[in-house]
Amino acid sequence: MGGAAVESAAGDAKETQAVQAATSEKARGEKPKKRRRLKVAHPERCIGCLGCMFACSRINTGTASLQDSAIKIQTRGGIEGDFVVVVCRGCENPPCVRACPSGALERKEDGRVVFHKELCTGCGKCEEACLIGAISLGKDGKAIKCKHCGACVAFCPHDVLELEEVPA
Amino acid sequence: MLRKVLYIDLSRGESWSIERQDLFDEWLGGTGVGIRLLMEECPEGADPLSPAAPIILSIGPLNGLFPVATKAVATFKSPLTSELGESYAGGRLHLAMRFAGHEAIVIRGRAQGPSYISISGGKVLIKDATSIWGVDAQTAGMILREHEPGMGRRSIIRIGPAGEALVRFAGVVVDTYRHFGRLGLGATFGSKNLKAVVVSGTERAEVPDARRYREVYNRLYAKTVQTDAMEKYHDIGTSVNINVLNWLKGLPTKNFQLTSFSEAEKISGEVFADKYLFRRLSCAGCPIGCVHIAALKTAFSPHHEFEVRKVSYDFEPIYSLGSNLGVSSAEGVLQLIDVCERMGLDVISAGVVLSWATEAYERDMITPQETLGVPLQWNNVQGYISALEKIVKAPNEFYAALARGAEFASARYGGQDFAMTLGGNEVAGYHTGPASMLGQLVGVRHSHLDNAGYSIDQKAAKKQLSPEEMVDEIIKEDNSRGVFNSLVGCLFARGVYTEENIIDALGAVGIAKTGEDLHLLGKKIFDEKYKFKTREGFDLSRARLPGRFFKTVSTLGKVTPETMEEMLRIYRKKRGWS
Ligand code: SF4
Ligand code: SF4
Ligand code: SF4
Repeated sequence: MGGAAVESAAGDAKETQAVQAATSEKARGEKPKKRRRLKVAHPERCIGCLGCMFACSRINTGTASLQDSAIKIQTRGGIEGDFVVVVCRGCENPPCVRACPSGALERKEDGRVVFHKELCTGCGKCEEACLIGAISLGKDGKAIKCKHCGACVAFCPHDVLELEEVPA
Repeated sequence: MLRKVLYIDLSRGESWSIERQDLFDEWLGGTGVGIRLLMEECPEGADPLSPAAPIILSIGPLNGLFPVATKAVATFKSPLTSELGESYAGGRLHLAMRFAGHEAIVIRGRAQGPSYISISGGKVLIKDATSIWGVDAQTAGMILREHEPGMGRRSIIRIGPAGEALVRFAGVVVDTYRHFGRLGLGATFGSKNLKAVVVSGTERAEVPDARRYREVYNRLYAKTVQTDAMEKYHDIGTSVNINVLNWLKGLPTKNFQLTSFSEAEKISGEVFADKYLFRRLSCAGCPIGCVHIAALKTAFSPHHEFEVRKVSYDFEPIYSLGSNLGVSSAEGVLQLIDVCERMGLDVISAGVVLSWATEAYERDMITPQETLGVPLQWNNVQGYISALEKIVKAPNEFYAALARGAEFASARYGGQDFAMTLGGNEVAGYHTGPASMLGQLVGVRHSHLDNAGYSIDQKAAKKQLSPEEMVDEIIKEDNSRGVFNSLVGCLFARGVYTEENIIDALGAVGIAKTGEDLHLLGKKIFDEKYKFKTREGFDLSRARLPGRFFKTVSTLGKVTPETMEEMLRIYRKKRGWS
């Protein structure tokens, strides 16, 4: 399913290791840090309703817009083909952050990437850095970055999306 | 939101856009704006296939903003009936128009050679389509996808060879699996040398109060997914009605000679769902996913080599190309749908034209010379496939007559009694009783969806309704659908959009309306449409009711001519037309 492999098998394996590490930390009595991450759990169930895209723009920008949505539903080979869900996978070591020359994308200690819109110059370096195509420039020329807020999850009628907790 | 109309003149190769707030204030959007623009643009008595006859595409204030407001409407002068042409399509066109910033698009004139229109935001180009002229609708879509910008947010609407050949019931394929099917818009495209229109844009739709917008959205969304308001469209889809209507004796079979089909089990929605369904899809902005896609697997050699075609199905095509033609296999129905899809033919009209021809052939009103040796027989799928291909190629007078619809062909060859049209339009898959007949006869576009008479009959089957009560319901639907179709919502969601919810949703996008305003608007839109219809020669007092309707038992028993006369009289009186 092409780009739908946003959650790759390799990623899952790594994640399992991380979860195990966290659990053993927990066993040692330390409080594990967690962050929430949007997961494209079942891309093959997508019906192409774009509910997620509208939820993202409606809830995060207060408008209806496809351009300003952080999650993108693409079609490969038209609607007869497969839907591809393109969204940030919350990389451990995010290349978009490394590519950003103005400090607009910042990785927090817990692994979240926060976007400081006022610092974004619209240079598009993050766009080039993310192979998935999960970060792009919106209508106003500034980056649109998924916050892993989960708003889209509630508007997906086919259980394609999930919000998961991953170790920080 | 700027409320603009984009004008495109194919003869002059020019386009411009005009802000027309007044038009949208008065007529709301969608079908309201569509009929008003048709009145402005279409000269009285214009030949529907001449450059003078316009095409109007419009959306409404809720498209792109609210769940299941997923349609766009095309308004034109119908090449099939020579009066009001109106057709609705889902898919992505409504979104693409919203984000391109055009709530209405008027296409005038005729291009010099094969062309397509590419609209990308404010940029409008008329491009050469010579290389895709003659190409089937599916392939043409694939080719344009490669050439045009806006992946993931564009809409591609195009005709197949039937539209190019001016078949009077050719449709326009919208994106994939959706259509402006009815009343011949495809022929209008063809007459303008217009193969396709591609629309995309990156505007955003702003609302005055984002919080209020989200609040109303959430309420409508919850009603859409959590209540049973749309349940029947979820699971098996509309084709669940094959078994239901068959059982109710309302499923037209073999050109309405019967209303139950002995082989219905084999082409039921359940069979399609269990054996052929492989995916469901949604129009953009709808969480339901009612579009059912079947995989049609056919062997093309004895060595386990297969071709797989993905065909969308619904109740109507299973009726028109299935029970109505006595076709008793799901594969046969899918093959026929697929041919219509590629040629770009309206499935309902295609099926009803073929069923009339089959009966006329059976009764020796048509000779094998005329059919060029094609056997037109119930359940003969191969025969029907070659007949459909010949309708598009029109190699002789007989097929050319079929290409003009059942009304025309039966006037020429006889058999009007069993030419199943109302108002010149081939009828939908219901013989449920008088409300279905009256509804399609008086409806603005002679469609079962004008007022859903079929559902009024089904209501009457449970709880007796007097002729007057039926007429009242028809009038109520006629009018209220004018408003809903101005928004432009999917009729499957009409249960979600109660008057209250419509008022709230409009309020959230900054349009203040009262219930009274909406009632008046619904009536006004209906009247405006009838003004166009009468101007173009439609006369309800002379409208033809095929005798077959009275001979074949319906869900409500045999309908008598007297009942129909009475209902028509009541209808006219209530409309103030006596
Ligand atoms: S946007 Fe950044 S964090 Fe998200 S997938 Fe792309 S590179 Fe990784
Ligand atoms: S998780 Fe939030 S920010 Fe990310 S795509 Fe979904 S709605 Fe948009
Ligand atoms: S909301 Fe779910 S089903 Fe709809 S487009 Fe998004 S991922 Fe696909």
